[in-house]
Amino acid sequence: MTAELLTVGAGGLVCARAGVHVDPAEAVPRALITHAHADHVRPDAGEYWCAAPGAALVARRAGAGATVHAVAYGEEVVFGDVKASWHPAGHMLGSAQIRLEDTVSGEVWVVAGDYKRASDPTCRGFEPVRCDVFVSEATFGLPIYRWPDPIDVIDELVGWWRVGAAAGRCSVVFAYAVGKSQRILGHLAGRGDLPGPVWLHGAPAVFCELYREAGVALAETAGLVVDAPSKKALRGALVLAPLSAQGTAWMKRLGPVQTAFASGWMRIRGTRRRKGYDRGLLLSDHADWPALLCTIDESGAGRVRFWPGHGEALARHLRGQGRDARVMGAEAGR
Amino acid sequence: MRRFSQLYARLDATRSTIAKVAAMAEYFAEAPATDAAWAVYFLTGRRLKRVIGPMALRRWVAEATGFDDWLVEECHATVGDLAETIALIVDTTRDGMPDGIERSLSAWVEALRPLRDADEATQRAAVLGWWRALPADELFLLDKLLTGALRVGVSRKLVVRALSKHTGVPEDVMMHRLTGRWSPTASFFAGLVAPVDAGAEAPPSKLYPYFLATPLEGSVEEIAAQLGARDDWQLEWKWDGIRGQLIRRAGEVFVWSRGEELVTERFPDVVEAAAGLPDGTVLDGELLAWRDGAPLPFAQLQRRLNRKTVGKKLRAEVPVAFMVYDMLEDGGEDIRGLPLSERRARLEALVAPLDHPRFPISPVVAARDWAAAGERREAARDRGVEGLMVKRLDSPYRTGRPRGDWWKWKLDPLTVDAVLIYAQPGSGRRATLLTDYTFGVWRGDELVPFAKAYSGLSDDEIATLDRWLRSHTVQKFGPVRQVEPMQVFEIAFEGIRRSTRHKSGVAVRFPRMVRWRTDKAPGEADTLAMVEGLIEG
Repeated sequence: MTAELLTVGAGGLVCARAGVHVDPAEAVPRALITHAHADHVRPDAGEYWCAAPGAALVARRAGAGATVHAVAYGEEVVFGDVKASWHPAGHMLGSAQIRLEDTVSGEVWVVAGDYKRASDPTCRGFEPVRCDVFVSEATFGLPIYRWPDPIDVIDELVGWWRVGAAAGRCSVVFAYAVGKSQRILGHLAGRGDLPGPVWLHGAPAVFCELYREAGVALAETAGLVVDAPSKKALRGALVLAPLSAQGTAWMKRLGPVQTAFASGWMRIRGTRRRKGYDRGLLLSDHADWPALLCTIDESGAGRVRFWPGHGEALARHLRGQGRDARVMGAEAGR
Repeated sequence: MRRFSQLYARLDATRSTIAKVAAMAEYFAEAPATDAAWAVYFLTGRRLKRVIGPMALRRWVAEATGFDDWLVEECHATVGDLAETIALIVDTTRDGMPDGIERSLSAWVEALRPLRDADEATQRAAVLGWWRALPADELFLLDKLLTGALRVGVSRKLVVRALSKHTGVPEDVMMHRLTGRWSPTASFFAGLVAPVDAGAEAPPSKLYPYFLATPLEGSVEEIAAQLGARDDWQLEWKWDGIRGQLIRRAGEVFVWSRGEELVTERFPDVVEAAAGLPDGTVLDGELLAWRDGAPLPFAQLQRRLNRKTVGKKLRAEVPVAFMVYDMLEDGGEDIRGLPLSERRARLEALVAPLDHPRFPISPVVAARDWAAAGERREAARDRGVEGLMVKRLDSPYRTGRPRGDWWKWKLDPLTVDAVLIYAQPGSGRRATLLTDYTFGVWRGDELVPFAKAYSGLSDDEIATLDRWLRSHTVQKFGPVRQVEPMQVFEIAFEGIRRSTRHKSGVAVRFPRMVRWRTDKAPGEADTLAMVEGLIEG
């Protein structure tokens, strides 16, 4: 048996045959990027390769002067004797599964990165890619995670916002600054029933601009909270903020608030209550348990690998069903 | 159960007491009386007997899904609560939308009753059918009902406020209607929401809601400044027993505990003595293990409380007294509105002539000024009492814990610096965190477990400690983790005694963490010998 096409290295995955890394945490000559979240794009790579719709986001993360190559979904790029291509993963704008084909043996690997199967108006939906080895995420890899229809969650958000607005409160939704915040705005766009204006914390605002420049329709936003004329202007408004803003002096600008957190972790009651949010909105950009199983099946892969992390339980469950499944980097045959 | 499930979700989703009260009041307005009665039952913390054990439920969910036991266990460890784990697994793995079951809360309680004595196959078939049909939130509540663990995170005070808001009946009257023994029937609920003057005659056992004291803190000077003239106040010892209410009505005697549990059978000596009281008398006081005019340790009283009925031997070994300190009903008349000085005068006129050893009157503690009162308090531990009670002489007997008229001025707790040696997850909202800790003190170079504590840390400290514990676990025994003995905490407690049931040979009362001593190394924690030195006598 020859060496595996992909192994764990440099804080990400490494394909020695192609001379590339996938989502490396360390400085490497050539980084292939699945999507533009901070833990997948670190500065100081020699060059970055990513799917075209997310190139501006990756460039923002990589820093000024970085070399970013934008590749259209499905277009092939050759590195040594390996062919690489990017395919929609449905996680956020420009998110991709990276397909790597060994042109010598014909073996195909797909690194899915983070992905979801639920609807998201801000990015192209997940497209299954057949492969021999499927490298999946498993952030929510236990049979307790299942997401409701996002449209129902957005209805819940708007209803909750309406009640808060009627009581003169500002409704703060904590959400990741990149991806989740824009997805919420994408779902809200075109709805005629919003109870008030939407204001932003600075962190999501920067990326909202990049989404709009990429042609994604987002609900209208009134501006930055720090520029709001008064607390009164924020009464009845919706504010999108990163979790890091919770409990900071910035919150004092908002007057009376009700708070919610939009995340897959809100599926668990203890987590919801312990964090002390008024509302948990079950909106995730990751695959839930049924979506993980379905996607693994649709890949047609004989071997399933999990990366980054979290996949131990799902791998063991699949092995129990006679499948070749394990966490990347863990010893084979465990 | 849809309506109750929605109420549960609304209560769960908010931290605002106003919103909680509004949600309950709306529920009471809409729900049929048969259901509302059961809702009151669960909201006030009462529980049903377990129908099916958690082991069986866990086994059935594994069988129904085809999952290995370890995977169900892994889910349980993540979620922390079995009923919720099952609800989430069933909801995640079934196809399509569940059909739902149209059945009211009271009908569910009725449906579960015969299942308790059914054989396992019948139980399993019924439960699996319900699991297939119910949406996740109702499934969660059903599992809680099955395991007898349905609890709603809302205080009795808020339930009373909601019922009061719904009916217009004043809160203290509503509190009175909810005290004591009752069955969750439609007629009970009708009585609960009836207008004040149309209310049916209360049963003779009906107790009055307790007036609870607020802790008094600060230096003697601060307390003197806060309370004003010493002459406006009555001082008594704070007895270390259990609060009780003694009712003599309709030729019968009833003894209620602070938990509003009827404990009459456990105190036959008090009941016999109370036969000498006139009908229409209600006394407030403290149940104490009592011999030769002095209290015995609290542990002795517990021996009486742990029994349903009390035999001759125990009666002789642990004599008890009802230490009387207030009078709420005199000659059938509610006298709670009278000032304390007047109630005390009536109490002394009634009880003192009996001169019965089972009915001592809590003596008024003399002290010229607040400084002298402080000195009396310092000496409290030697008397086997917990400190002083400070009661305003012109105060009525109020309901609940309003600030201002009744204060408890307790002794400073005993404290020990101990090392955290074991940790395990809490329950409810703390189920995903390690929040239950065991602390040890040194005996030679060994750490001996001496107290368990759950409270006293802030949420931030709990989160920080949780992370530390997970990365410094030495060994796991089921949910319990043995951790590296490195973190020192100051543990406070109210009392300490010798115990043969504890490895350390001592048992402490009400242990809690007062400070995380990050400035102390484990070697600087206290020794068992030092702890033993705190035991009196």
